[in-house]
Amino acid sequence: MTSDRPPQPSPESSAGHGPAGAFFRPDDVTFEAADLRCVRQDRTLFDGFGFRLSPGELIQIEGANGSGKTSLLRILCLLTLPESGEVRWGGVNAEEIRPDFLRELTYIGHTPGVKADLTAHENLAVAAALSGGITLDPDEGLARIGLAGFEDTPARELSAGQTRRVALARLLIHPTRLWILDEPFTALDPRGKAMVEGILGEHCARGGMAIITTHQPVDIGDHPVHHIRMGTAAEGEG
Amino acid sequence: MRHAFAAVLRRDLTLALRHRSELANPLVFFIVVVTLFPLALGPEKDILMRVAPGIIWVAALLAATLSMDRMFRMDFEDGSLEQLLLTHHPPSLLVLAKIVAHWLVTGLPLILVSPLLALLLHLPLKALPTLLASLALGTPVMSLVGAIGVALTVGLRRGGMLLTLLVLPLYVPVLIFAAGAVDNATAELPVAGQLYFLAALLVLALTLAPIATAASLRISLG
Repeated sequence: MTSDRPPQPSPESSAGHGPAGAFFRPDDVTFEAADLRCVRQDRTLFDGFGFRLSPGELIQIEGANGSGKTSLLRILCLLTLPESGEVRWGGVNAEEIRPDFLRELTYIGHTPGVKADLTAHENLAVAAALSGGITLDPDEGLARIGLAGFEDTPARELSAGQTRRVALARLLIHPTRLWILDEPFTALDPRGKAMVEGILGEHCARGGMAIITTHQPVDIGDHPVHHIRMGTAAEGEG
Repeated sequence: MRHAFAAVLRRDLTLALRHRSELANPLVFFIVVVTLFPLALGPEKDILMRVAPGIIWVAALLAATLSMDRMFRMDFEDGSLEQLLLTHHPPSLLVLAKIVAHWLVTGLPLILVSPLLALLLHLPLKALPTLLASLALGTPVMSLVGAIGVALTVGLRRGGMLLTLLVLPLYVPVLIFAAGAVDNATAELPVAGQLYFLAALLVLALTLAPIATAASLRISLG
C-alpha cells in the first residue's frame, strides 16, 4: 500500500506490502472501491464503503448473513451498479475500461457457474475458450484440484464439494490478477480448504489480489489477510 | 472473438442434445396443433387450403413462444450467465451465439417438418417455396426478438405470462407478412414485397436484438 492518497475508510491494511514476484506485469495496479453505497429493498446495506487492494494482498470479508457481502462482491465485479461510488482498477473507473478489467478478473459466485449436464472437462473447456488463453491444461487443473479421474463425469453426478472444485479449477487454468470469490470454502472438506488456501497463497505470492467472503479463518502462509467486517447495524465496514 | 462465439454455440448445442425430450417439445406442439385443425374443420380441401398459411404460422409462432423461456433460464439459475457477462468479450456477441443455438434447435426443426404439414393441409405445392422462405426469414426474427423479452424477465420467478405479453405484439408484423406471403403464393400473386419486408425485419432484429438482449441481461442480473 502506498500512502500518497487521502485516507480511505479502509480496513487495517495499512501495513506496507509491495508487490511480490514477477508473475504479472510489474505495473503496480491497485484495485479500489471508493465511497460505495448499496441499497437493497429500501435498506441501506453499506454507505461510504471503500478499500484499496494492492498486488499480493488478500481481503477477507466477514459479516452476518444479510449484511451485504454478496451484494458487495457483485458490485466489485461490475455485475450490479452501486447506488453511488465507483470501483477503480489502476485508478480508472472500472466501468470505463470494462473489457480490460474483466480480462483481469475471475469471479466465482455462490452459484458456481458449472453446467450440470456437461462433464467437468467440458465445463472447464468452455471457461478456457471464453477466457482466451490458458496457462494450464484443463485436465491438469482438475488433477491439481483433486478431481483426477472425474474429468468425464457429468457435473450432475458430482457432489457439492466436487462441483465447487470444478469451479475453482478455473483459477488454475487461467490465473487472472484479481480473484473475487464468494464463499470459496463452502462444501469443501478440510483438505479441500487447505488446498484452496494454498492456491490463494501462491496467487498472492506472485502478485495477485484476492477478495473472498468466508466465516472461516483463512491461512495463506506468510501473506497477511486483511479483514473487513460488514455490519448490519453500522453503516459501512467495521 | 470468433473462438468465444463458437465455444458458446457448441456448448449450447451440446446441452440441447443432452435434453432431447425438452428439445422435442416445441416441435411436437407444432405438429399436434397443425394436425388437429383438419380434424376440427373437416377434410374439405378448399377450406384447409384457405386457412393453411394462417394455421402453420400461428402454430409456429406459439411453438416458438413456448420454447423461448428456456433460452436463458438454466444459465441464469446455475450462475453461468453471469460468467458469460464477466468475460472480456462483447456480451452481445455471446448472446447472439446463444440465440443462434436456440434457433438451430427450435426454429430449424419447424422449417424441416413444415412441408409435411403443408401437404396435410392441402397447401398447393407451388406455395411451398414461399412457406419455407417465410419460415426461414421469420423464425430467426422470433428467436431474436424473443431473446430480448426473455432477458428482461429471466430474473422474475413467474415471468412466463409477462414474457408472452411482451413478445407476442412484436411477433404480429412477422405473422401478418409471413402468412400474407404464403396466402399470395397460394393465389399465384407476387410475394416479393412481403418476403423483402420479412428480410428487412430479420436484418433489423439481427443488428439490434443482441445489443438490446445484452443490455436487458445486465439489468436482470443487477
